[in-house]
Amino acid sequence: MRLLKLIPDNTNIRFLRWQWPTTIVSALLMIASWVLVFTHGLNLGVDFVGGQMIRVTFTQSAEAPVAQLRGEIERLGYGEPVIQTFGAPNAVSIRLRLPAGSDKNTGLAEAMAKRITATVHAAHPDARVDGVDSVSGKVSQELGVTAVKALGLACIAIAIYIWWRFEWQFGVGALFSLLHDVTLVMGLFAVTQMEFDLTIVAAVLTVIGYSLNDTIVVYDRIRENLKKFRRMPLPELLDLSVNETLARTVVTSGTMLITLISLMLLGPKVIFGFSAALILGIFVCTYSSIYQAAPMLIWLKVTGNSFVPSETPLERQERIAREGALP
Amino acid sequence: MLDFPRWKQLWFWFIALSACAAALPSICSVAGLPWPSALPAPKISLGLDLAGGSHLLLEANPAQVASQRLEAMEERVRSKLRQTGKVRIGDISNRDGALSFMVEDPTQIDAAREAILPLTNGVKLTGARDWDIKVVDGTRFVLTPTKEGIDQAIAEAMDTATEVVRKRIDALGTREPTIIRQGQDRIVVQVPGLKDPTALKELLGKTAKLEFKLVDTTALASDVARGIAPPGDEIVPFAAGANGAQAGALAVKRLGGIKGDRLTDAKASQDSRSNQPVVSITFDQDGGARFAKLTTENVNHPFAIILDGKVLSAPNINEPILGGQAQISGSFTTESATQLAISLRSGALPVDLKVVEERTVGPDLGADSIRKGMVAMAVGTLLVVLFMGVTYGRFGLYANAAVIINVLMILGVMAVMNTTLTLPGIAGFVLTIGAAVDANVLINERIREERKRGRRVFQAVELGYKEASRTIFDANITHIIAAVLMFEFGSGPVKGFAVVLMIGIVTSVFTAVALTRMWVAGWLRRARPTEIVI
Repeated sequence: MRLLKLIPDNTNIRFLRWQWPTTIVSALLMIASWVLVFTHGLNLGVDFVGGQMIRVTFTQSAEAPVAQLRGEIERLGYGEPVIQTFGAPNAVSIRLRLPAGSDKNTGLAEAMAKRITATVHAAHPDARVDGVDSVSGKVSQELGVTAVKALGLACIAIAIYIWWRFEWQFGVGALFSLLHDVTLVMGLFAVTQMEFDLTIVAAVLTVIGYSLNDTIVVYDRIRENLKKFRRMPLPELLDLSVNETLARTVVTSGTMLITLISLMLLGPKVIFGFSAALILGIFVCTYSSIYQAAPMLIWLKVTGNSFVPSETPLERQERIAREGALP
Repeated sequence: MLDFPRWKQLWFWFIALSACAAALPSICSVAGLPWPSALPAPKISLGLDLAGGSHLLLEANPAQVASQRLEAMEERVRSKLRQTGKVRIGDISNRDGALSFMVEDPTQIDAAREAILPLTNGVKLTGARDWDIKVVDGTRFVLTPTKEGIDQAIAEAMDTATEVVRKRIDALGTREPTIIRQGQDRIVVQVPGLKDPTALKELLGKTAKLEFKLVDTTALASDVARGIAPPGDEIVPFAAGANGAQAGALAVKRLGGIKGDRLTDAKASQDSRSNQPVVSITFDQDGGARFAKLTTENVNHPFAIILDGKVLSAPNINEPILGGQAQISGSFTTESATQLAISLRSGALPVDLKVVEERTVGPDLGADSIRKGMVAMAVGTLLVVLFMGVTYGRFGLYANAAVIINVLMILGVMAVMNTTLTLPGIAGFVLTIGAAVDANVLINERIREERKRGRRVFQAVELGYKEASRTIFDANITHIIAAVLMFEFGSGPVKGFAVVLMIGIVTSVFTAVALTRMWVAGWLRRARPTEIVI
């Protein structure tokens, strides 16, 4: 039986030859993402800005009366609603932010939800309200603060873990590639203006976990090779390590992508943005573990000696057994 | 490393199979199969976003508790000083969060202090005082609530409010509501399977403070219209639709009324003459006596029935009402009469509650999410299984068996721990399937490498597992860190995602590393291959 090999044996791509062009591309993409996030802004969902997200299905109609609905809701005087079909042509999501300057009015979000659903029911007897998310200004601010806290703590906790398990250079490198991945995912949300809500924060946290997972696999191999090949120049050693782990990187990313794409295409529409964030995250993580995480180590001047003191007696014994030579 | 003693094998199988067995009741219930009732049936509960239902976050205004407490204190001080004798006070004010009044005769300061002192002691045995007493300018008392006192009052109000909320929701007849106090001034309410939460919100949004107060018939209509209350009166507006079609207000006497917290029962019924929906109430003994007194003394005088600061109706007292029973009329519909009856039965909320967050999912959307989530999961699993099979052959099949056991184990652990499956949780499942094979990919790639370097089969497999294990451990720790933070900071559905990830990480390391190693070792010992296809 011949098995599928996505990466042929003895692959030896000289990744680091492309070190500078890719660094420049990454830097530009990161800058572009930040600029976009700050100028264009994220399309923050009601979780973070407060307001309504109401999903309605018109059971007796083939198509939802979007234009008519927009007029009816606009007449309520809360502002212009964003109405999109959602999942099926006769289902819509109605999104309406809290009017500016009404953060203090805790009862407003609820009053809005009540009037909107009442209006929809009155004008369309076949309307079935499938879901209501109504968030007041105060709660949305709290949700925003906890989201930022969670993201910040995740980065710090993971960097500390890597610093402890590896050397400080690896911690810095991992943190940088993580920042790179998260930035690009944010950039995607700024470009596409997909809604950024709590589930997307969960997706970004997952991307952080996955980004590190990928980086660690490469770093682990680099550490191993640093101990094994003391004399090998660093760029060559990094290339070797990346090539050795390339098959794994590609296969794992592949299985993750298979499941996520089936989730995005076949799964419920509610988690489309969630799957999209993860899919991009996995592409970016795979790329950054090769092109960001590894070259960082050259700049941070990792050497084979970085690991001499950290070899435990047990590891030393194992190495001697493996290399079959006495010291 | 590849040596597996019998006890270890049995132990691994025991863990795997018992976790899988725990998943069976949940699977049977989804597939609609019967489960023998004699067996224990741990089941995964579905989150509100899958089962349909409402999540409401209610918030009280602590300032309201403080101001009500101040008003109550004013009453108590007045009546206490009246009882104690001749301490005359004047210029009472409760502005700026403190109660202050003048003692008209400066020689009575000490007597007044002694009388008030017992009112300011803490209810709890902490020794902390609820109110600070100060005398300024020789004659003016200032009572300032202490922080402990206010906190205690808020905590008590919230406890009562939670109890009232529970009673009202129970009256709706919904199943298994969750009602939890959160933080200082919030209550979380989760009601699964609710089609339309409007009735629920109406019910929780009503404070249901019922009052009966005498109408001041001497007040000038022009003053009332401009909102000027005669001395000793207050102006109360009519409830929408209560005063015919026109809006308006009524001047009522501030003191001498009866509060509606002295009820033993409240029922929606119909007025025997007009056939209008009304609410019949029954006072407790004390309330009944007071009501009898009020109606006896004021025959042929109108009194106002006031609910939450709005006049429902102001009927004339035609004769003394002595039986302790009364009827509240207003412009009710059958539904609003029923709702009011429920609210009155459950008691008034000690503080207004506002809905600050609502998440409602209709049962149709929830069912659709489950169906589509299951399809995505099935297709994803199938594709991964095929992919692993063509990539790693026999070793891929071991990995696949591990993945399937992994899915069952996650379900089993979730059922035993009684966790909730949410829609992001289903996404977590799908993701776990993709990520779980990562461990096997690492191992198998390592075995490929070791074979390429010319190691013999046994040694290559052994080294593969050993070297990869370290990497797998490090890589999964970072996932755990992310998942724990998500659980800590996430809200309902996101927590569900984090739970699946955390359980999935632990079980996948077990299935992908321990179980496959046992299977591979067994096969190597039996077949003793000199060549492997990997």
